[in-house]
Amino acid sequence: MKNKGRIFDVINYIFLTLVGCMMVFPILHVLAKSFSSTQAINAGKVTLFPIDWTVMNYQVILGDGSIWRAFMVSILITVVGTLINLIFTASLAYPLSRQEYSIRKVILILILVTMIFQAPLIPNYMVIKNLQLIDSLWVLIIPSAISAYNLFIMRSFFTALPSELIDSASIDGAGELRTIWSIILPLSKPVMATMGLFYAVSHWNSYSSALYYINDRALYPLQLRLREIVLSNDLGQAGSLLENVNEVSPAGVQMAVIIVSVIPIIIVYPFLQKYFIKGMLIGSIKS
Amino acid sequence: MNNLRKYKVLYLISLPGIIFFIVFKYLPLAGSVMAFQNYNIFKGFSGSPWVGLDQFRRMFTYPEFLRIFENTVLIGLYDMVFAFPIPIIFALLLNEVRKAVYKRILQTVVYLPHFLSWIIIGGIMIGILSPTTGIINQILNSFGFDPIYFLGEESYIRSILVGTGIWKDSGWGTIIYLAALASVNPELYEAAKIDGANRWKQTLSITIPTILPTITIMFLLHIGNFLDFGFERVFVFINSLNESHGDILDTYIYRVGLIDQQYSYTTAIGLFKSVVGLLLVMIGNTLSKKASGEGLY
Repeated sequence: MKNKGRIFDVINYIFLTLVGCMMVFPILHVLAKSFSSTQAINAGKVTLFPIDWTVMNYQVILGDGSIWRAFMVSILITVVGTLINLIFTASLAYPLSRQEYSIRKVILILILVTMIFQAPLIPNYMVIKNLQLIDSLWVLIIPSAISAYNLFIMRSFFTALPSELIDSASIDGAGELRTIWSIILPLSKPVMATMGLFYAVSHWNSYSSALYYINDRALYPLQLRLREIVLSNDLGQAGSLLENVNEVSPAGVQMAVIIVSVIPIIIVYPFLQKYFIKGMLIGSIKS
Repeated sequence: MNNLRKYKVLYLISLPGIIFFIVFKYLPLAGSVMAFQNYNIFKGFSGSPWVGLDQFRRMFTYPEFLRIFENTVLIGLYDMVFAFPIPIIFALLLNEVRKAVYKRILQTVVYLPHFLSWIIIGGIMIGILSPTTGIINQILNSFGFDPIYFLGEESYIRSILVGTGIWKDSGWGTIIYLAALASVNPELYEAAKIDGANRWKQTLSITIPTILPTITIMFLLHIGNFLDFGFERVFVFINSLNESHGDILDTYIYRVGLIDQQYSYTTAIGLFKSVVGLLLVMIGNTLSKKASGEGLY
């Protein structure tokens, strides 16, 4: 019987290692292609390592002004958007965690309803149009200021804080704002970091709201510009980028632009990983 | 009133959030009445004629709508059958891994794809599946098979949609089950060992029953999104060659609603989608409460 368990362990380790490889292999393949020459890619020689090492693909991208601009738009949206996300979410989540906030139950139910029953695309579009947010970068920030799901996670974090902290602060004569600023916020770093990461990733990765609400190409965020470049082969919308350069293969440039847009995520991922797992646990246990 | 004065700061800071939900969630919900109108942009809500359920009737008589509805249901069904159980199986297997370092590396790796955008995943998959430069076709080629244009044939699109979802999110999905598994009382295993139960029997009689409530809740949440496969995901992969099998309600609403400006008609479709989702959650919840006492509410 012991033997049987041993065999299972070996198979399990092998299987999970294979799964792990399947998760990274496609990314390594893209990385390898992005550093390979046109001929090597077209001949199908590239698997996990670059063939005929070249940085030409990256030079093409860095030389393209529209990609730079899209990159900057995305950074701006991500930074400003995440800040607004955190401020809006925390400033509603905190009152909802307090017994003294008497309309707590009503608000919670109203928010829950929006999670289960969502308005269709067109009425959303009408509201945004009437607010004159079309073709403004605010449209990528304000309408997604709070995610109900994240709000509930944050609320349950605040609820779990011992209420004695707030009581003792008020006995010491601290007002609500002072309590929030010097007691609650410093304690909320883990949940803020987690929510910040979730919000930032969703800003960085989202393209549908830009697709719906932004027509001005100068305001395209990176994902939308990326879409034109990456899907150009299939949809026949060749970007201006590829028309000018004959000696570079579209495939190589596509792979390079993918790598460039993944870099910010790869950079923040390891730092915040310990936080988001904690944050997910808070969310899963409470809700 | 006293409460309001005493805790005015709490009420004040909650105001922006409340306004947000009113303007961006409830106003569009109210605007959904255009599904019962023949909405005209120049006349607005008050000037457009009311048509009752005509838009909904129109929906069910359009062959194009029926085809897309079928796609949506089928893709949702495949996703439920294939993608839903995988995180559970992964979590159970990961849970058997005793070496902490190895487990952590594995988790880091399998969570990673979750953080990539659908455009990027689309780009990666197009690179891999390409008939000329893609690695899969090169492998097929080396075995003497003809190259397959995976994204250019309608027969592969559903597998690609479900498969990429598994690649992106099944690792991430394990987090919640691993959390549930961590809460199993180790004494139960000790007791089972003394009774002579092997690991397989322990899994069946201890581990799975403990995570069953979590599985039920995840399943109910999944059911609610049955028709909501995700616009971003599908829009990356569909093209004119595969759209007959890949087009779903969300992409149809975007194309016919926003691009062709058939506002009332597509709002009706959107409402229909939301109502079906709500009904599915309610039915699922009632059934699961009867069966196991577990439910969302």
